[in-house]
Amino acid sequence: MNKLLTISPSPHNYGDDSTKKVMYGVVIAMIPAMLVSFFYFGIGAVVLTLTAVVSALVFEYLIQKFILKKKEVSITDGSALVTGILLAFNLPSNLPIHLIIIGAFVAIAVGKMSFGGLGQNPFNPALVGRVFLLISFPVQMTSWPKPGALTAYLDAETGATPLAIVKEALKNGESFSSITEKIPGYADLMMGNMGGSLGEISAIALLIGFAYMLFRKIITWHIPVSVLGTIAIFSGILWLVNPETNADPLFHLLTGGAMLGAIFMATDMVTSPMSIKGQVIFGVGIGVLTIVIRVFGAYPEGVSFAILIMNAFVPLINAYVKPKRFGEVVK
Amino acid sequence: MLKTFPKGGVHPPENKISAGAAIETLPLPTTATIPISQHLGAPSAPTVKKGDKVKVGQIIAQSTGFVSTNIHSSVSGTVQKIDDSIDASGYKRKAVIISVEGDEWDENIDRSPELKKEFSLSGPDIIKKVLENGVVGLGGATFPTHVKLSVPKGMKADVLILNGVECEPYLTSDHRIMLEKADEIIVGTQILMKALDVKKALIGIENNKPDAIEVFSKLADKNPGIEVHPLKVQYPQGGEKQLIKALINREVPSGGLPIAVGAVVQNVGTALAVYEAVQKNKPLIERVVSLTGKSVKKPANYLVRIGTPVAELIEASGGLPDDTGKVINGGPMMGKALNSLEVPVTKGTSGILIIPELEARRRPVQNCIRCARCTQVCPMGLEPYLLMTLTQKSMWDKVETNHALDCIECGSCAYTCPADRPLLDYIRLGKTTVSKLIRARKQ
Repeated sequence: MNKLLTISPSPHNYGDDSTKKVMYGVVIAMIPAMLVSFFYFGIGAVVLTLTAVVSALVFEYLIQKFILKKKEVSITDGSALVTGILLAFNLPSNLPIHLIIIGAFVAIAVGKMSFGGLGQNPFNPALVGRVFLLISFPVQMTSWPKPGALTAYLDAETGATPLAIVKEALKNGESFSSITEKIPGYADLMMGNMGGSLGEISAIALLIGFAYMLFRKIITWHIPVSVLGTIAIFSGILWLVNPETNADPLFHLLTGGAMLGAIFMATDMVTSPMSIKGQVIFGVGIGVLTIVIRVFGAYPEGVSFAILIMNAFVPLINAYVKPKRFGEVVK
Repeated sequence: MLKTFPKGGVHPPENKISAGAAIETLPLPTTATIPISQHLGAPSAPTVKKGDKVKVGQIIAQSTGFVSTNIHSSVSGTVQKIDDSIDASGYKRKAVIISVEGDEWDENIDRSPELKKEFSLSGPDIIKKVLENGVVGLGGATFPTHVKLSVPKGMKADVLILNGVECEPYLTSDHRIMLEKADEIIVGTQILMKALDVKKALIGIENNKPDAIEVFSKLADKNPGIEVHPLKVQYPQGGEKQLIKALINREVPSGGLPIAVGAVVQNVGTALAVYEAVQKNKPLIERVVSLTGKSVKKPANYLVRIGTPVAELIEASGGLPDDTGKVINGGPMMGKALNSLEVPVTKGTSGILIIPELEARRRPVQNCIRCARCTQVCPMGLEPYLLMTLTQKSMWDKVETNHALDCIECGSCAYTCPADRPLLDYIRLGKTTVSKLIRARKQ
C-alpha cells in the first residue's frame, strides 16, 4: 500500500468556474448585439469587428511573447477577445482600418499590458482605446453611418446620432417636443434602428445579453441597475423641471452608450469595485456623470468618460466600502 | 422556505456515496497508536509506561488543564512504547502504542445494547462524567465537550443547538448515526440540556437527509423541548456561527464564542458520545468513520476503535484504488491530506476520503480578475482577495484590521475562485502571523 500521496492544504475540491468560462460567457452575451450591428451596418460592422478582435489578439500575443517574454502566452483566456469586441462595439462602422488597429493597440498595450496584463489594469481597456481615438480623431469618430446601408463601408452615408441631434437642437433654443420628428421613434431606439457605435444601438439585444450574464451568474444586477436607474432618475428630475429644454429619461436610457456601458463596460470585473455596496456607489457615480456630461458638457455623449472617471475611484471605493462583516462589533 | 444562513456560502457537489451503507464494526487492529493530543488544547499526560497491561476503557493519559481531556485505551493488550508517531496533522506527535491482545473491557463499562433513558445526575456531575470519559466535539474541531458545557460566570445559555448538518461533501458518518442511533442521540441531547440548564434544543439537519429528518421529527414529537429544523443545503452551514445564524438568527460577535449569544452547539456524534459516557460509563474509545471516494470499491461507514491505522479501513473497503492521488482525513473542503496511511484514526476523524489522481492536483494559478466571487461567498463577510494580497506584501497590521482572524477556514473562497488562486493558504499564513504578533503585543 505504499504509494506517493499528494499533499496540499484544504480545500481539496474546486468549483468548475474558470477565467475562460467567465470571459467566453461575456462573449456569448455580446452575440445578440453583434448580430444587430451586422444587420444594420452590414459589411462595415463585420470588417470593424474582425479587425478589432484580430488586432487585439495579435497585440496581446506579441507583447506577452516578445516584450514580457512569457513562457505561456494566454491569449486563449478570452480576455483580449472581450476587449476586441467591446472596442468594436464602441466605434462607428465606417472607421478606417488603420484607426481600428491603432485603437486596438492603445487598448491592449496601454490600457492593459502596461499595467501588468489581465486583472491589473485600473481602466477598462476598450474604453481607453475608444477615448484615445475619440480625442485624437474626432472627425472620423463622430461621423455615424446611417443604419441600413449594408454594402457600404468607408463610403457609407453618415448622419448624427439622436443624442447629437437633440444636443444641437436644444443648444439652438428649439424645444424637445418640437424635434421629435428629427429623431427615431422609441420602437426604433429599442430595436437599434439609429446611427451610433456598433454595439450600442439595440437596447433589446443588450438586455438579452444582460439576462444571459445574470443567468450564468457572471455578473450581478447591481452595477447595470444602479447606472441605468440613476440615469433615469437624474434625467427624469431635469425633464420634470423643464420638459422643453431637457430630453425625457427614456430617451436618455435608449440612446448613446447608456445600455452598452451599463451592461458590458461598467460591469468589467477588473475595473469595478469588489463589494456590492461599492458597486452601487460606482454605478450611481457613472449615472450622475453621464447625465452631467450629456446635459451640461460639451460632448453629446458621456458614458465612456463617466465610466473611466469612476474607474479611477475604484481603489478608493474598495478601501473605504467594506462588506458587512459577520458578527461585526459596533463600537 | 427552508432556513439557511443568509450570507455567502457555496454548494459543492454533495457526493454522499456512502450514505446508504449501514455502520459496520471494523475488526480490531493488531497495534493501536493512540496519540496523547487528539483534542484542541493541552496534550494529555501519559499515565502508563512500556510493558503495562491495559484494558479497553482504561485511562492511559490524563487531562492536564481545563482545556484538555482524558484519553483511554481503545484496546486491551500491552503498552509497546510511548513514542513519536505521525498523526493526521503530518507532524510527529507523542502517542501510546499498544499491541492488541484479546478484547478485555473495563468492568465498569455497560456494554449492553439496551437504551437507558433515565438519568439522575446533576448538571455539574454530568460535566464531570463527560471530562472523565474524554468526550470531545466529534464534528472535527475536537474541542473538549466539558469546556463547552461549563458556561462562564455571568453568561447563560438559553438554547442547545444540535449539529446534524454534515455539510462537508462525501461524509456520511453523522447521517448514519442519526439513522441508527437516534434514540441514544435524543437521550444524549436531554443530558446536554440538563448540563446546560436549558429548556430548548434545536436540531439542524440539511434537507439532503430526508430520512434523518423524518426519524428525528417523530422523536421530537415525543420529547418536549426538542425541535427539528430542516435546512437548505449550503456549505459551510455546519460551522457553529453559520448554524446559529440559520436557526435562531443571532450573530456571534467577532472574536466571541456562541455562548455570547446564549447558544451552545454540539455535534450529533458528540450527543451520542455523551449518552454513552453518562449512561453506559463508556469512554470515547471508538467512533464512526466514513471511508469514501469515487474510486473506492466499497464506500462504507465503519465503527472504528481510536488508534486503528487508516490503512486498515482502506483494506476493509477493497484496498487503495489504483488511481489514488490524495487521501484526506475529513471532507474535501476542510480535511487534511495525509502523508502516510499508517496515521491512526483519532477522536476527530469523521471520514477518510480518497481522491483520484485526476482531481488531486491543484490547477495552475492565474491572475486575479477581481470578479469578487470570493467576497460574495465568504460567510464571514471578509475580502479573501485582499487578505491574500496583504499577506503577500507582509502588511500584517492591515491583515489584522481586515479581520483575518474571523476567517473560519471553510475554503469557500478558494473553491469558488475562477483563477484558482490559493486564497485560503495565504489567509492561513496571515492568521498565524497576526496571532503571533498579537500574543507578542500582550506580553
